[in-house]
Amino acid sequence: MPIHDQSYRRYGGRREALGRAWTVIAWSGIRSMIGKRKFLALLIFAWIPFIVRAVQIYIAANFPQASMLAPTTSTFREFIDQQGVFVFFVTIYVGAGLIANDRRANALQIYLSKPLMRAEYIAGKLAVLVAFLLLVTWVPGIMLLVLQVAFAGSFAFLRANLFLFPALTLAALIQVLLSAFTMLALSSLSNSSRYVAILYAGAVFFTEAMFGALVAITGSTAVSWVSFSANVAQLVDVVFRLKPRYETPWTVSMLVVVALIALSVSVLERRVRGVEVVT
Amino acid sequence: MSDAAVELNNVSVSYGANRALRDVSAQFRTGAVGLLGPNGAGKSTMLKALLGFLKPDQGRMEVLGLDVAREALAIRARLGYMPETDAHIPGMNAVSFVAYCGQLAGLPGADAMQRAHEVLYYVGLGEARYRNVETYSTGMKQRIKLAQALVHDPDLLFLDEPTNGMDPKGRDEMLELIRDLAHNKNVNLILSSHLLPDVEYTCDHVVVMDKGTVVAHGPIRDLKGPGGRVYELRVKGDELGFVEVLRGAGMECHATDEDVMRVFVPDGQDQRALFALAARHGVQVRHLRPSVPTLEDVFAKAIGEG
Repeated sequence: MPIHDQSYRRYGGRREALGRAWTVIAWSGIRSMIGKRKFLALLIFAWIPFIVRAVQIYIAANFPQASMLAPTTSTFREFIDQQGVFVFFVTIYVGAGLIANDRRANALQIYLSKPLMRAEYIAGKLAVLVAFLLLVTWVPGIMLLVLQVAFAGSFAFLRANLFLFPALTLAALIQVLLSAFTMLALSSLSNSSRYVAILYAGAVFFTEAMFGALVAITGSTAVSWVSFSANVAQLVDVVFRLKPRYETPWTVSMLVVVALIALSVSVLERRVRGVEVVT
Repeated sequence: MSDAAVELNNVSVSYGANRALRDVSAQFRTGAVGLLGPNGAGKSTMLKALLGFLKPDQGRMEVLGLDVAREALAIRARLGYMPETDAHIPGMNAVSFVAYCGQLAGLPGADAMQRAHEVLYYVGLGEARYRNVETYSTGMKQRIKLAQALVHDPDLLFLDEPTNGMDPKGRDEMLELIRDLAHNKNVNLILSSHLLPDVEYTCDHVVVMDKGTVVAHGPIRDLKGPGGRVYELRVKGDELGFVEVLRGAGMECHATDEDVMRVFVPDGQDQRALFALAARHGVQVRHLRPSVPTLEDVFAKAIGEG
């Protein structure tokens, strides 16, 4: 009798309820990224602006002669703005291969032969990217707010600017969701994560360059809606109750962001399938 | 309760203008059933439709008594699928990959890991279970695909060309595993293959497909064992004309390798009838040997190969 006869037995244990597979995908993706040293270095680097701001808040709270460093709502707005560059790099590093690598390894048919819906697969992959993007935007932003209270020893600033908590949350979500959805959609279009990374970077830089060129030609910033990042900046200004930096109505920027997310969802719906039908 | 693990009623599936399944009605009994057919017959399409990957243009499908259109997730929780093409989750070693598949199928983490070790030993990858799957040979990749399909202990396995690309020894071992699963571990399975010996060795029943339709189905023993006898025959002379003579006399002829044909002689006749026809037609019988019907004969007859 072959030895392997002894090693297979029927399973009689517990099974999880359906609908939780996305958490398995998300945790696996997060663990896999945390295991990469280069990525950890990028994350640490992304927290340097937080340390600088924390020191600024500490000095302002403890040395009256440095009161000009005291935080305002603009401080938090600028912080979110500064983190944009890390959002870009983290999006590329984490997101480019999320679906592209699965397509390259024909993993989609493995995933979708398990009891999970396509939406769960997408949610799991999205959660990986969103988690890391929030880690470099929302988490340090909120921590700065907490540090301000701790260093100042009073709630006066927070009480006077209560809107900062929802503002930081909303601003981070706008930035994160747009980046995550568009990157995931691009990742579903190719089997090569490098190609996806180039495509994403190209899209960001091209729209930015086009905006710059149009401003130079027309002398107006009303065309800011053509730029990926200008739309985000415009909306984040509004969220922080600041004067929008471009002439484009913020509603137009919002429509562009919503349209880009809807387009990404539509691409994902078409591309994430157990079988690729070429007709 | 029905004895059918899978049931299709008037199912049609199209890829654009190309109809891959044409009004297919079939039953796959519990146990080991072979899904046989030449490349392009629609076997993989049928499995993918049953998994819910492809939406049929018409018809109704049931797997383990559940409607595919309405209860796809419940079906997939009880199903294991070994795809035809090379497939894995990138960047994982074998045990992580299989455990991950177990968790995706609803097993708690600790149980999934334990089962992963067990099934990897079972499929013969115990020693290589900490290696990255991307470094595996073709044969090992076939085994790991079987392992990921088995990890959650499915009630029904879909195996799509499981011996593709394997060396003879590996192929024998894979067939032995499949046979063991079906006959000793009570796992129902559908084995899709164009390799007749694979199906004949592992399965009790067969569904034969050709050009998107089911052309024969039933227990292999019944399909192989019609009344009459089978002979291997080689003649010298007007071979094509003689084939027509044999067919005219109610004997079926299938060409095999080289110039040997297999002749089915109906009940009540024997080799003497062959000699008599040969003498009358003026051909010499150079080789005549009694044979046994094989699945190849069933297949050739079903898809109309002369």
